[in-house]
Amino acid sequence: MEIPYTVHKRADTGLYNAKLGIWLFLASEVMLFGGLFSAYILLRVGAGEGTWPHGWLDVRLGTINTILLALSAITTLLAWAALKVKEFGKFKFFHACTMLLALTFLGIKSYEYYDKFHHYEIQLNNGTIADGHFVEQSADFDLAKKTGTFTIHGHIVERHAELMDMRSDEAKKAKHEEHVIAAADIKHMENYSPRHNTFTAIYFTMSGLHALHILGGTLVIFYLWGPGSRMWKTDPERFTNRIEVSGLFWHFVDLVWVFLFPVLYLT
Amino acid sequence: MEKTVQQFPPFREGSAPHQGHDDHGHQEHHEPGFWQKYIFSTDHKVIGIQYGLVALSFMLFGFFLMLCMRWSIAHPMKAMPFIGGILHSIVGSQMASPVKDASGTIIGYAMSPELYNSFGAMHGTIMVFLGVVPLAFAAFGNYVVPLMIGAPDMTFPRINMASFHAFFLGGVVMLVSFFIPGGAAQAGWTSYSPLASTIPTNGQAFWLVGMVLLITSSLLGAVNFIATIIQLRAPGMTWMRLPWFVWAQFVTAFILLLAFPPLEAAGVLQLMDNVAHTSFFLPTGLAVSGVVGQASGGGSPLLWQHLFWFLGHPEVYVLILPAMGIVIEVIANNTRKPIFGYKSLVYSSLGVGFLSFIVWAHHMYMTGMGQKIATFFQATTMIISIPSVIILTCMFLSLWGGSIRINTPMLFALGFLPMFGIGGLTGLPLGLAATDLYLHDTYYIIAHFHYVVAPGTIFGLFAGIYFWFPKMTGRKMNEFWGRVHFWCSLVFMNLVFMPMFAQGIKGMIRRMSDGGVNYSAARVPGAIDTLPGSVMELNGWILWAAIALGIAQIPFIINLFWSISHGEKVGTNPWSATTVDWQTPTPPPHGNFATEPHIVRGPYEYSVPGHTADFTPQSETVAAKNSTGHH
Repeated sequence: MEIPYTVHKRADTGLYNAKLGIWLFLASEVMLFGGLFSAYILLRVGAGEGTWPHGWLDVRLGTINTILLALSAITTLLAWAALKVKEFGKFKFFHACTMLLALTFLGIKSYEYYDKFHHYEIQLNNGTIADGHFVEQSADFDLAKKTGTFTIHGHIVERHAELMDMRSDEAKKAKHEEHVIAAADIKHMENYSPRHNTFTAIYFTMSGLHALHILGGTLVIFYLWGPGSRMWKTDPERFTNRIEVSGLFWHFVDLVWVFLFPVLYLT
Repeated sequence: MEKTVQQFPPFREGSAPHQGHDDHGHQEHHEPGFWQKYIFSTDHKVIGIQYGLVALSFMLFGFFLMLCMRWSIAHPMKAMPFIGGILHSIVGSQMASPVKDASGTIIGYAMSPELYNSFGAMHGTIMVFLGVVPLAFAAFGNYVVPLMIGAPDMTFPRINMASFHAFFLGGVVMLVSFFIPGGAAQAGWTSYSPLASTIPTNGQAFWLVGMVLLITSSLLGAVNFIATIIQLRAPGMTWMRLPWFVWAQFVTAFILLLAFPPLEAAGVLQLMDNVAHTSFFLPTGLAVSGVVGQASGGGSPLLWQHLFWFLGHPEVYVLILPAMGIVIEVIANNTRKPIFGYKSLVYSSLGVGFLSFIVWAHHMYMTGMGQKIATFFQATTMIISIPSVIILTCMFLSLWGGSIRINTPMLFALGFLPMFGIGGLTGLPLGLAATDLYLHDTYYIIAHFHYVVAPGTIFGLFAGIYFWFPKMTGRKMNEFWGRVHFWCSLVFMNLVFMPMFAQGIKGMIRRMSDGGVNYSAARVPGAIDTLPGSVMELNGWILWAAIALGIAQIPFIINLFWSISHGEKVGTNPWSATTVDWQTPTPPPHGNFATEPHIVRGPYEYSVPGHTADFTPQSETVAAKNSTGHH
């Protein structure tokens, strides 16, 4: 049994099935990320004065990632265009670039996550706060037993509010150096994991969900580029459609990043 | 409009399996094995039946949970007969408390309040997401929609199969959560935070993972339905010739497509709260049992409610629209005349679909979100009742002047009308903020939405089962036992839910495992506004009515399975219906139609003056050969 309009478009709708399917799927994706962006807005508007952090993320890395995804959008388009003019070799080349760009994006994203998980805020017994990246800890370091030391590279501030705006002049002037902190002096310590505050929570959730989309898209493109490309020999038109449909998904994922980048990095 | 037939492209490009059985004989007669035929089938009809059977089983299970709860409400902390011991062996003494007599020997087991809470949460979840939606949308939609539009299958048969498997897996995750330490989710089917993040059980995490699977399933289903209805309509099947059932499913699919993802987003956030200990929905300084927690705070409990009800309210129309679609088909068929106001029905369904997205906060008048917002949602809520009433009015007016043929599907369809009417009209006081403040979270609201969904939607679904059973099996279900099923269900449904209006108006709050004993006049004599004995007594009557309602379903269950092999044999079009789902062989083979249907007229051409038969099928060519109605 054959389903009509799997390859050719239906005259009155102007679409083949998969193209309509992907647009519908993307509509639901818009609602998914729409829900998350709404949550972001509500949480941010509801945050108390001076409790929403600014400048916690590295704008340079974010910019590089934005450029990577923009380039991958171009290569995706070129890969599809190459199939349209029946140049299979070019298709292979362009989509190889797409995957390379995507993987670089994920690599940079992983580094950013790693950086945040090694970033500690340590509230000390004397009321000051040590904030910085993990360097080393002594072998006998144990917070419960109050033994050993914990070394960070960062700075010590008087008030928690000083950590909230890393774009301020004071924050930029602050001298970052190694601090060795005794476990006995520590009241509470926590890394910049999702639970740290509402910003890290929404940052990890939204960028994580986006990264999962990147990963999923990359896997689909890899399948179509590798084993799935055999269809080019048997049914080139349908294969080209598949590249178009997966490309539409890829462009959507890029578009989400275009919104995520300013919302998370620049504000 | 009549000339549109020629504008369509050839129905099938390339190979055309329906035109030549001989050319493709090697494909069609290849007999697949059991697994391929019944478990990993891509045939929309098999998937529809899979959905139907699993959903009916879940509904029976959800009903059983409710019976346990009704026992606890009527006889709090008293030993449950039969079931108590079984529950105890499954969930342990923590959840099923031992009941001792004067000498200290254990005489049975009662439901603990925790178990009551988890049964309550799971009853709602199972009935909505694993029962009614899969049956109304996925089962009937899958089986009937491609047949009605003259399509060989759904556009994406393999995605269709994946959709069922995601649904099944989601159901399994939900069921497994009953057996984990701490038990299933206990925060109600609405899973309000911070409650949902503070109850010490992982059941909530299971609930969320289950929901993500169910949402994935309905997303795949919704994409498939919309694409099928847009792309695979047979030549001549213009939009205004679609049977209204297809329109109802079309709008439902759009609601599922667009309303579910925000709940998925909310589910991801709550999962982060429960697993990664974030504070999306936990406010600053949240204290649990008097202890301020370690959570960072800064979250918003109201955010969960907004995201939840953004799905939650459109979901109501997901529950009701397919049932309305079935009722329209059954009424048109059994009044033997065109449905009243077909275009009004179409535009009303579109209006309902659109408006359902902007009424969600009428569930939240009590949250203190502000008078201005409440006023807006009160206005939209009043507006959405207009298209709903148009639909119901069209149904009533369709009966006018018809020579009504009474049979089991028609009885259920007729039963739907007043029952849904009661459910809808009692919703008005809940849509108005002033009266809702009093009625919110009482038994009144339970009675209201159960009238919409239980005797409303479920009666519509029963009508559908009795109506399309002959298409699925080639046999009719037993008429006598069908009528017994209908009348008993009608009586006991009302005996269960009608008293709840009185209880709610008297101020009985929902979600109390003891049925309000602590607020009764017997417990606190002399206090004002306590629940009088007459209201408390109703709890006992409702329990018996609910048990009787359960017994009333036994004829249906036996009838359903018995009729598969023993029912009265009928032809392909036993109800003398006009829509093309009755123009296929019975049961329809893989690929559905023996010859490609060409649609030449609207869906409800009954009793056309000048015609000899009192029905004129939508596709004329097929009808000339195949209308062998047993009549």
